[in-house]
Amino acid sequence: MNILYFLVGCSVLMALIFLAAFFWAYKTGQNDDVHTPGIRMLFDDEVIAEKSEEDHFSS
Amino acid sequence: MEDQNKTATKVVCYHCGEDLPKVKYQTAGKDFCCAGCMAVFKILSENNLCNYYVYNNNPGRQFKNEHHLAYLDEPKIIDQLLDYKHESSGIITFYIPAIHCSSCIWLLEHLYKINPAIFSSRIDFLKKQVTISFNHDEISLRQLVETLNQIGYEPLISLQDVIKEHSISVDKALVLKIAVAGFLMGNVMLFSFPEYFGLSGFEKQFQSLFGWLNLAFSIPAAFYCGRDYFTSAITSLKHRHINLDTPLALIIAVLFLRTAFEVVFGTGPGFADTLTGLVFLLLMGKWLKQRTYHHISFDRDYRSYFPIAVTTLQNGKEKPVAINEIKIGDRLWIRNGELVPADAILMKGEAWMDMSFVTGESEPVHKVLGEIIYAGGRQTSEAIELEVIKPVSQSYLTGLWNNDNYKNNTDKQNFNDTVAKYFSLGVFLIAFAATAYWLLQNDSHKAWSAFTAVIIVACPCVLALSTPFTLSAILSVFDKKGFYVKNTDAVEELAKCDTLIFDKTGTLTSNENAEIGFNGSLTSEEKIIVASLLRNSIHPLSRHILKALNVDRFYSLSDYKEVVGKGLTASINNHSIYAGHLSMLPIAVKSASESGVHIVIDHVYKGSFDIKQQWRSGLAQLILKLSEFKLQVLSGDTDKDRYMLDTIFTKNTTIRFRQSPLQKLDAVLQLQQQGNKVMMLGDGLNDAGALKQSNFGIALTDNINNFTPGCDAILKGNALNFLPDFIQLSKDGLKIIKTSFAIAIAYNCIGIYFAVQGTLYPLVAAVLMPISTVTIISFTTLATRWFARKNKLI
Repeated sequence: MNILYFLVGCSVLMALIFLAAFFWAYKTGQNDDVHTPGIRMLFDDEVIAEKSEEDHFSS
Repeated sequence: MEDQNKTATKVVCYHCGEDLPKVKYQTAGKDFCCAGCMAVFKILSENNLCNYYVYNNNPGRQFKNEHHLAYLDEPKIIDQLLDYKHESSGIITFYIPAIHCSSCIWLLEHLYKINPAIFSSRIDFLKKQVTISFNHDEISLRQLVETLNQIGYEPLISLQDVIKEHSISVDKALVLKIAVAGFLMGNVMLFSFPEYFGLSGFEKQFQSLFGWLNLAFSIPAAFYCGRDYFTSAITSLKHRHINLDTPLALIIAVLFLRTAFEVVFGTGPGFADTLTGLVFLLLMGKWLKQRTYHHISFDRDYRSYFPIAVTTLQNGKEKPVAINEIKIGDRLWIRNGELVPADAILMKGEAWMDMSFVTGESEPVHKVLGEIIYAGGRQTSEAIELEVIKPVSQSYLTGLWNNDNYKNNTDKQNFNDTVAKYFSLGVFLIAFAATAYWLLQNDSHKAWSAFTAVIIVACPCVLALSTPFTLSAILSVFDKKGFYVKNTDAVEELAKCDTLIFDKTGTLTSNENAEIGFNGSLTSEEKIIVASLLRNSIHPLSRHILKALNVDRFYSLSDYKEVVGKGLTASINNHSIYAGHLSMLPIAVKSASESGVHIVIDHVYKGSFDIKQQWRSGLAQLILKLSEFKLQVLSGDTDKDRYMLDTIFTKNTTIRFRQSPLQKLDAVLQLQQQGNKVMMLGDGLNDAGALKQSNFGIALTDNINNFTPGCDAILKGNALNFLPDFIQLSKDGLKIIKTSFAIAIAYNCIGIYFAVQGTLYPLVAAVLMPISTVTIISFTTLATRWFARKNKLI
């Protein structure tokens, strides 16, 4: 049963790592703006190429 | 939705979606409503940025062009505005009210295509902010702002940007505390499980290990995560009153001490799971309460109305100076459209001041040399020279704003704090009674455990949770309907209001739609002449009238002169023509109405265009629904609409006209002194004092992006008709809180039954507390939704 001491240590350590990861993520501002990245993601590169060509012809 | 469909089928401006005038501006096969919109389109297409139009139909805003940006060349001001500056690169954050759709994000994040000196730009959509990093050797701040202006995204640079007050850091600390508390709670729960299920003799060695681990985890829970409760409790005790944090701090302390004792002396498992769980939930409730609406800034004061710099004359030369550096005796140079930032004397020039910020009256006032011009006036004519007689901080407007009467000094007691007092008293009574009983029985061990157990179990955490949960659920219902309330405390204030004061202009009437009528007659030839003149003006009235005239050809004109905001003259086909304000007519006319746009052609008076403000739709029904409240109308305007108001309002409504901002403020104060809870609805800065003084100030606006004065809530113009439902829902909200309080007391009674007997085992506490919390949270959520549906708000 002594293995439990080791396992408990492991579980606490794991949890601490996750906590530290959250701290890091939060401090670097990853949660500052949770709205805009969702919109930004939807801008396709494809549309840009197609559209810019059309402008090229029309102007 | 319907509106959108309509605009899609109508022919509208490709850029901004406005209706097209008869004569359109055309380029590349696209129609535009004005030269401004077309210019923006040209810039975008030259830079291959037409994707802007892919993501939304008509994403632009109509183009306005009146900027004086010289102050952005002043190094002092630049340094105040920049977030970061290093060698050649700089970072700046602008607030841009025009950001409203995904196209805006796309365009503003592709600024580098317009000017390569811009490295990158990032948008925060909800805050309407753009952070731009740029090379300030290659592009000056002024050029950067000009670039933004050109594409129709004018940044709003106000004094408040310079005096940056960030409250975000508070929020950040709270989230980190919640993270820690969650981590602690999870682990403690895990270590407590063996204790719940009972340990055999063989596993006893683990009992002390888990105990010590739990104690170790309790320390940060109590002293890091729960620190705010202790500090708040201590400050409130210093002021000799008890707030809700006081009993909470006591409970955290008792839980921690008992856990420490039991673990150190090996007498039991302690209450570490209750402690960490409690702290976690309390912080969650607090976060919910703090999470107000980021996309609208509420705490604005007079500083946000003022520009950050003004042009001064020093030895005959113009020099921009930051507003807070203006001294008495400085000579100011105020151009057309600029705001007078400090009380000053007119030294030179013709002053036509639009004092609508200060008095609510939008007719410009003529000032003669030597007269005092109060801060907040906007010059509508040629540039003038002024001498400052009072610094900005002491001027009339700021004086009104900083009026000592403001309610902030008086202590607002919310339901929670009131209850907390009696609650704490009751808990102490029971705790001491139980202790005394067991001491009389000579059982000091039980006396001690009964005392702590009562305090633990009679936790007001339900109170601390039910209020934020209920009120923020209500806030989100309001939010969806276009009623943005500052914070949860304000909802309680809303429920208590019994008197409603309306401002007239902009509140009962809508500024957006005006009806244009002409008294007099114009031949079709004259119509074309008038339209040809008005076409050259960017004034909103000119544009309105031009649309109403609806002509399809124009003459060219010469000798065009415009006194902005006052009138236009020109000669067209050998006719001289004037359009504008009565006071500037070239000939004397005895006309009935003073307002309106008067037309004179070849020295013959032709009549005037009248602009009738439109009453908001459904106003009469709204007032009928509000009949249980005491109603008042305070208007800064003249009494020309008295007849209309009398038909809308009931006879016992007080309707007063020509009210100055100070009189409005006094009216609110008087009502409050009579014991009324006043709700004020207004729109402009001229109501700002009254809005702030009232118990619940609502700023009514047709365009959320506009600046709003300090208030408790912002209401969209088209949501005004929901007002009675909003008030009713807030009242229901208080009912929900009180009911949940009753439920909590029922749970507490069960807990106290065990506690006073000294037999509250950690397992009982561990089961009872989460159950009561879950009941309360689900009750408040469901009840709020039910009431919202009942009031037809969802």
